[in-house]
Amino acid sequence: MAEKLSFDLVSPERLLISEQVDLVTVPGTEGDMGIMGGHAPVMSTLRPGVIGVEAEGQPERHYFVRGGFAEVTPAGLTVLAEHTVPLDELDAAALELEIENAGQDVADAKTDAKRQAAQEKLDHLKQLRQAL
Amino acid sequence: MASLKDLRNRIASVKATQKITRAMQMVAAAKLRRAQEAAEAARPYAERMDRVLANLSAGMIGRSDAPALLAGTGNDQVHLVIVATADRGLCGGFNSSIARLARQNINRLIGEGKTVKILTVGRKGHDALKRDFGDKIVKSYEFTGIRQIGFAQAEDIAKTVLELFEGGEFDVATLFYSKFVNVVSQIPTAQQIIPASLPDAGEGSVDLGGAVYEYEPEESEILEELLPRNLSVQIFRALLENVAGEFGAKMSAMDNATRNAGDMIKQLNVTYNRSRQAMITKELIEIISGAEAL
Repeated sequence: MAEKLSFDLVSPERLLISEQVDLVTVPGTEGDMGIMGGHAPVMSTLRPGVIGVEAEGQPERHYFVRGGFAEVTPAGLTVLAEHTVPLDELDAAALELEIENAGQDVADAKTDAKRQAAQEKLDHLKQLRQAL
Repeated sequence: MASLKDLRNRIASVKATQKITRAMQMVAAAKLRRAQEAAEAARPYAERMDRVLANLSAGMIGRSDAPALLAGTGNDQVHLVIVATADRGLCGGFNSSIARLARQNINRLIGEGKTVKILTVGRKGHDALKRDFGDKIVKSYEFTGIRQIGFAQAEDIAKTVLELFEGGEFDVATLFYSKFVNVVSQIPTAQQIIPASLPDAGEGSVDLGGAVYEYEPEESEILEELLPRNLSVQIFRALLENVAGEFGAKMSAMDNATRNAGDMIKQLNVTYNRSRQAMITKELIEIISGAEAL
């Protein structure tokens, strides 16, 4: 792989990752994106899902994010995520809790648009549970 | 004239107080370092959020479909005043200077005939404002049981604010907190958070080398999702600055207290020695004049 991608994963509380990697898979709202060095500028919101980070000579790493935002500039990829957990540390119980929360969001939603958004979130989480 | 025993007791009690204030100063210094680290760790996120928002909103300002969080409701009749202070006292003028700034602004707004609603964060701010504006406080938060303020608390507050905004409860929200400059100076600050006051796009924008951003989903949809998030970030930042400011203020207040106690002990010691000597002299005179009389 010729060009490296500089990848930043930031949560409000701290900077989680800031390094040169080869490929990052990002769960965009409208579909997963694989981003490598030299990608065209993109801004996308994220759905709850898993970010995969691949760097040469290192095992692939996975992080669970609960929504967020990704920005690709010529300088690199920045992911802003409020809640990030390395996938190894994410256990079934925590995921159940997330699903329960999402379920409540669906029930609480006042408008159709919001209910739909919450429902989508819930579906993604359920998929994730199966994948785990 | 106080007796020698009284003086001894006073010296002992001032010494005990000095021990307490010195311990509090050291605790505050340790906590200040932690708070500063937390504030620094939070900076990258806030900076990137600012940059992204500046990029996005540059294209949205002036458009009729701009989200209300950015453009406002078109009114400024009802103001929400969010006052963030510490939960604990003993930190000099820290809490009262935030409360004073807030009070001035509230009085000005009321003078202009606006409706004011207050949301307090931190016990001290609530205590300071409830006497004058008790009926205007819509909600108050306290974090007395929490060791370190995290993003979850900021999110909680932001959620309440958003619910109020969506319910049409207010038009403009202003956040009062203390900006941390350094250990000895914290500046009470008012920051308007709804409609969002954004950093200048000029300095934050990124050179894309001629390329155009691809937005996924639509620009306006992204903005709609980002603005509430930005609100949490702004509140979080204010809370962190406050925590750092609180401990900074506490540290210097306790440092002063320790020094004052030291001065007091010195003075009391001088008084104690003087009266002890006066007593000895008096006894000697009595003995000598008794002997002379014989």
